[in-house]
Amino acid sequence: MSVTILIPTALRSFVDRKSEVEVEGGTVSEALASLATQYPDLKHQIYEDDVKLRGFVNVFVEGTNIKKLNGLETALAEGATVMLVPAIAGGC
Amino acid sequence: MLKLTRQIEEAIRKAGADAYPNECCGILFGKEDGDDHVVTSLRAIENARESGEQYHRFLITAEDMMQAELEARKLGLEIVGFYHSHPDHPARPSDYDREHALPFYSYIILRVAEGKSEQMTSWRLQLSRDAFDSESFVVEP
Ligand SMILES: [Zn+2]
Repeated sequence: MSVTILIPTALRSFVDRKSEVEVEGGTVSEALASLATQYPDLKHQIYEDDVKLRGFVNVFVEGTNIKKLNGLETALAEGATVMLVPAIAGGC
Repeated sequence: MLKLTRQIEEAIRKAGADAYPNECCGILFGKEDGDDHVVTSLRAIENARESGEQYHRFLITAEDMMQAELEARKLGLEIVGFYHSHPDHPARPSDYDREHALPFYSYIILRVAEGKSEQMTSWRLQLSRDAFDSESFVVEP
């Protein structure tokens, strides 16, 4: 399954400054793994360890948060759009 | 360096004063120009923290960020940073800011004291995540 991953500006320096990357994968987990293999520097940015995504990293498939779908095991259709989206917080 | 227009600076100052004693927050749309960030428009975001915490915390949900990313792409722009206010606190990043920030983005902080907007600063997180560097900014008419 060939899918498109949209990369937020903060992470583009780890993927040769691309705003989107085509990868293979039948699930979100597989697609992200193939992205991480292609761009090892990105891997450290989005994964806490080898399997767990960092807390700020949210993943959307066709505009829906995978938390509301099947998590990392959410199935991807051919040509699906996957977005990596950071949540942003702060204070004083 | 961060480049703003007078109109954008005024909009951030107004948002900070209007939200007082709570924090305002929003997204900076624009372009990268080498290492500089040029802000061309703002998107005000409703602070998603519970109301009792908004006096010292802000949150932009992943859903709001997703919508903003799509909007930016449609406009041919990029999300280059964020702004938030520090009600009755200095315009310097807090430890909480540092723990939750990401490298690359410009973080504008506006001090609002007793309801009036005061100093505005901009910051970028170091790649090591250890500290913010102060970012100079220019306001063009
Ligand atoms: Zn802050």
